[in-house]
This record gives sequence, C-alpha cells and structure tokens, in this order.
Amino acid sequence: MDSLRQSPSPCSSRPSSPRTPPCEMPASVGIEAVLDQLKIKAMKMGFEFNVMVVGQSGLGKSTMVNTLFKSKVWKSTLPGLGVPTPQTLQLHSVTHVIEEKGLKLKLTVTDTPGFGDQINNDKCWEPILSYINEQYEQYLQEEILITRQRHIPDTRVHCCVYFVPPTGHCLRPLDIEFLQRLCRTVNVVPVIARADSLTIEEREAFRSRIQKDLKSHCIDVYPQKRFDEDANDRILNSKIRERIPFAVVGADQEHLVNGRCVLGRKTNWGIIEVENMAHCEFPLLRDLLIRSHLQDLKDITHNIHYENYRVVRLNESHQLPRGPGWVNLAPMNLAHASAGQLTSPRTSKACKQAQEEPKYDF
Amino acid sequence: MSKQQPAQFINPETPGYVGFANLPNQVHRKSVKKGFEFTLMVVGESGLGKSTLINSLFLTDLYPERIIPGAAEKIERTVQIEASTVEIEERGVKLRLTVVDTPGYGDAINCRDCFKTIISYIDEQFERYLHDESGLNRRHIIDNRVHCCFYFISPFGHGLKPLDVAFMKAIHNKVNIVPVIAKADTLTLKERERLKKRILDEIEEHNIKIYHLPDAESDEDEDFKEQTRLLKASIPFSVVGSNQLIEAKGKKVRGRLYPWGVVEVENPEHNDFLKLRTMLITHMQDLQEVTQDLHYENFRSERLKRGGRKVENEDMNKDQILLEKEAELRRMQEMIARMQAQMQLQMQGGDGDSGALGHHV
Repeated sequence: MDSLRQSPSPCSSRPSSPRTPPCEMPASVGIEAVLDQLKIKAMKMGFEFNVMVVGQSGLGKSTMVNTLFKSKVWKSTLPGLGVPTPQTLQLHSVTHVIEEKGLKLKLTVTDTPGFGDQINNDKCWEPILSYINEQYEQYLQEEILITRQRHIPDTRVHCCVYFVPPTGHCLRPLDIEFLQRLCRTVNVVPVIARADSLTIEEREAFRSRIQKDLKSHCIDVYPQKRFDEDANDRILNSKIRERIPFAVVGADQEHLVNGRCVLGRKTNWGIIEVENMAHCEFPLLRDLLIRSHLQDLKDITHNIHYENYRVVRLNESHQLPRGPGWVNLAPMNLAHASAGQLTSPRTSKACKQAQEEPKYDF
Repeated sequence: MSKQQPAQFINPETPGYVGFANLPNQVHRKSVKKGFEFTLMVVGESGLGKSTLINSLFLTDLYPERIIPGAAEKIERTVQIEASTVEIEERGVKLRLTVVDTPGYGDAINCRDCFKTIISYIDEQFERYLHDESGLNRRHIIDNRVHCCFYFISPFGHGLKPLDVAFMKAIHNKVNIVPVIAKADTLTLKERERLKKRILDEIEEHNIKIYHLPDAESDEDEDFKEQTRLLKASIPFSVVGSNQLIEAKGKKVRGRLYPWGVVEVENPEHNDFLKLRTMLITHMQDLQEVTQDLHYENFRSERLKRGGRKVENEDMNKDQILLEKEAELRRMQEMIARMQAQMQLQMQGGDGDSGALGHHV
C-alpha cells in the first residue's frame, strides 16, 4: 500500500518529479525515411528536363549538347554537308531518354537553326518567345482542366543556353536585344562559345566586358540574384555569377592524353581537353546544368516564370471578351483564382511573389 | 649609213648586244625612287582579328590608340570608313600603305545597308582618279583606289553567311577580293579543309569572282611554279595574327599562348599566314594591274557612257519624265475637250439667243 502511494500516478494533479520528456527519448521517429521514399519515387517517375540552345550557326551548339549529356543526342550530321542554313528561324526539338544508375532523365533539346544568320535579323527572337509561351500555355491548359492528369507532361523550357560568339570585344546589339527579352520569360545561361579561340587573358577581359554590358542593360541571367533564398544559396550562386558567362569548348571525340581517354579537340599544337578546368570552363557549365542546379532551374521555371505567365493570362482573359482566338478558360476555375483560392498549395507562395513582380509584357 | 648606226650602239665588249636588256633595272631604280603605293581594304565582322592581322602582316601598329566601343555604342553605329596610312621602308624600297578599315560592318541587327557606305567609298576613289586622270596636270596623281580587299570569313560558321555572299557579289566587279578565314586556330586541320572546300563551292555556286592568282609563266623556275601552285591550292587562306613574342621550343616566335600549346603565326603547319604574306608581296604589282586594267576600266567606261549623270538619278529622271509627259498629255486632252465644248456652245449660242451666260475662256 505504501508503495502504491509513493509511486506517482500520471493523472495526479500534484507536481510530479521530473521525468524524461518525450522528445528526448533515444528512439527516433524515422523522419529520414521520407527522404528515401522520395528518392525511390523520383527514380520510378524519372525526371524531365527541357533545354533550348540558341546561337548563330557554327558556334558548336549541337556538339555542346552531345558533350553535356555524353550521348549522341544529335545524330552526327556533319555540319555544312548538304544542310543549308534555313532561310527563317526554325525550332527543332529532339527528345531522348538517358539513364544513369537506374535514374531516367527525359531530356528534350530544342535547337534554333537560322538564328541570327540572316542579313536582316530584326525580330528573330519572336519565334523563340512564342515557342516558350506556347509551352507555358499548354501546361496552363492541362492545369486548369477539371479532371487533370496525375502528372502533367512538362514541355516548358527550363533553361535557355545562349551562345555568344567569341569576338573578344563585347556583346553585339543582337545579343543584347535577345537577352533583354528572354530573361524575363525563361532562365537564360549565356556562354562564350568556341572559347578555344581566346587566350586566357582575352577570355577574362571579354568576360568582364560582357558582365558590364549585362549590368548596364539590366539583363538578369540565371542564377538570378533576387531568387536567392538563403545565405548558402547566395554564397554558392555568387561564385557562379562571377564566372558567368562560362567560356566553353565542346568536343565529342576522344583522344589519348597521358594514358587517359579524354574528350577533346586535337590540333597541331596541342589537345584541348574539354573537361580540364585549366583549358575551358565546360565542367562549370555541366555542373550548373546537371549536377547542382537542375532542380533549381525547374523550380524557378515553375514557380516564377510560369506563374508570371499564368497571372497575366488569367487577368487578360478575365478582362477581355472571349473572342475566337482566346482559350476557353472554365468560369469555375476563374472564380477560384479570383477568390484567392488557389488550385494547389505549392503555387501560393510563388503567386504572391509573382504578384509583387512587375508585370512583364511578352 | 645604215651600217654605221648600229656600230654606234654596240657594246664594244659583246658583239651583237644592243643593251636594252638593262631596261628593267632602270624601271626598278625609278620605281624604288618613286616608291610604291598600295591600298588595302579589310572588311569583316568585328572581333575577327582584322586589325591584329594587319599589324602582323606589316609588322607595325596601325591602331595605337584603339578604343573598342561598348555594346551600347554599337547599337547606334553605322558602318564607317577609316583609312590609315603608313610608310614602310625596307632595304631602300618605300611602300606607302593605306589600310581602309570598315568598323561597324555586320554589327547591326539589320545589315541590309551596311555595304552601301563601302561601295560608295570605292566608287568615290575611282571617281577621283578618273577626274584627276582627265585633268590638265597629271603629274602627281595620287592613287587611292582600293587595290585589294581582304574579306574576313568567320571560322565559326558552316561556310559563307548570306551577308558574305551579298557583299561579295556587290563588290566583285569593283575590287579584287581575297577571302581570308580568320582566327584559324579555332579549327582543326580537318575542319579547316572542310570549311575551305565548302567556301570554294559556295563561291562557285553564287558566281562570285574572287582574285585569281595568275599562273606562273612557263619560263619561270620550278620553285616559283611550285610556290604558285601551293598558293593557289590554299585559297581561301586560313590565318592567325599576332604580334606578341612567345617563347616556344627555346626560341622567340610570334604567336598565341594557350594552356594547351602555342600557335605560331609563322609556322606553315599551323596556319596560312606566310602564304598570305607571300601572295600579297609577290602579287602586289599584279593586284594593282588588275585594278587598273579591269576594275577601273569597267568603272570608267560605265561612267563615261552614262555621260556624267549618276545611275539612280537617271532612273528617277526616266520615271519622272514619263509621269510628267503623261500629266501633260492629260492636260492637253482636257484643254482640247474644253475648247471643243466652248466652240460648240459658241456655235449654238450664235444660232440661239444670247441668253447663255457669258463664257470666259
């Protein structure tokens, strides 16, 4: 009986002697297992990544894509053999599924032959802009359906790699016009193409001049400063921002150097190794696009660029009468959007951000 | 008498030797005294290494205070013509070299008008020479006509761009075109061969008349013939320019230093710089001759046929004249119709009462 009275009951109102509170119990809950579940799901679903390469012909865009993904994404039609420069800008998409360590990547590369090749290149960016907006439109259409697919196929352009010719002087008027317009709609990563024509000093001088030009024309290339989420991001991204635009060289042939097989270009005076940081900055580009920032590129495209587009579109179709060309957006969804009830939770934060941004015209 | 005359000119040492074989030496001496004039035009997009190549070719610094304009300034610029003259002397022979640069070519987004300035410059020089030649005092005619045009083709393309084709077709009847592939150190040997072949095919396809080296005469020595053959086979020349001295294999050479090696400018295995220089030097005279005999004469005959009026004005005049004539015809027809009507009315008025309103002519 004494023993009963001495042992404190959990329901008594008397202050009980200190016991170990539940959060310090040695056994863990097992939240880390969620990460594994995500990974398994991701492996099953696979990833999608859409890249667009823009630049004048001959700057090595196709070779660069092949080098980046180490697979012949483009069939090796030797340039110049029977493939004439198209008279107008065309857009040409190729989709491949690449697999590495059980993870599937559905890669779509859109090429833009004919960009900047004509005598009169006025408005040559318009087909590109309309293609990008078309992809946003397609996604929007899928998203506002009443019965939606479980996984909306994502054809939106996640990243646009812009190839700057290595003149060594500065950006050309065409480059400036294009970059200004496209940076508002898509993530743009400018690179100095065919950088093996510049010595190291010329490269640095060219890079600093380009950075100056970009700043003076308010061109915000990826990684954009204003989307840095925390201090870690900022440190990482500033390092990248210092080196933008990367001076890259592409090669899809292998040569033997010091007993190793490397990708490179063989010339009479030496072999340019593509993956050697002392020779060119291709590893930086590859790491940015694939190893470290692929998901970030997709997130920014989805949360910011796509949301901007969506807000503008929804506002437009709400105000203007629904003419023949307009998409028939179902009134129920419109009411939802205007009443502040967003269709999915992930869009709420980004939408607020998007509304704070000034409206861009595209 | 006739026997005595040749006796006067015979060199006492060699029988039958008249002595006019000495004439080339006299010409040589006179031209050395006079010096040579040569005008070279360089055309190409900015950033292709034109200035560097010219400096390397002539071992000078033609652009000491060069400021490369920024992107904002480039947007507003149109094509300009900048001529710089330099006097080079080598072993007593003076060369007055004028290099005509064309900054702004190919920079704009819309390049439709970028070669108008260049063509009008070339025509102006021809015009001036024609004027001087037809003048009274022809002693000191300065020859500023463009003798040769180096057209720089970008090595980054797959051949000729539409702008290249359009420009070359516009000037191939006015000036000797020498196509040059710039920044050739970007290309491997195979790529270079492929590009050269492609450019030659496109030149033929579009009927562009580039400068063709004259074949070596059959009496020249074998070396010269071989050299000419090599030169001809290498057109268009793929060149690299540099004036920096780099240490390579123990000696100082002009070249470009890369992390993966040194590109030597004067190494024939690396690029065609030496071939271009040889071609220019050995054929300078020929280039001047072709300019004089072919391009200038074409220009002159066109000009004199037109009789002093410019072509555009002539077309406009024709149209204007036609319109004016038509307007005149119409006016005359109206006048005739009015006069006829008046005459009829007069006759009727004469028959009937004169209640008709007084008509004025």
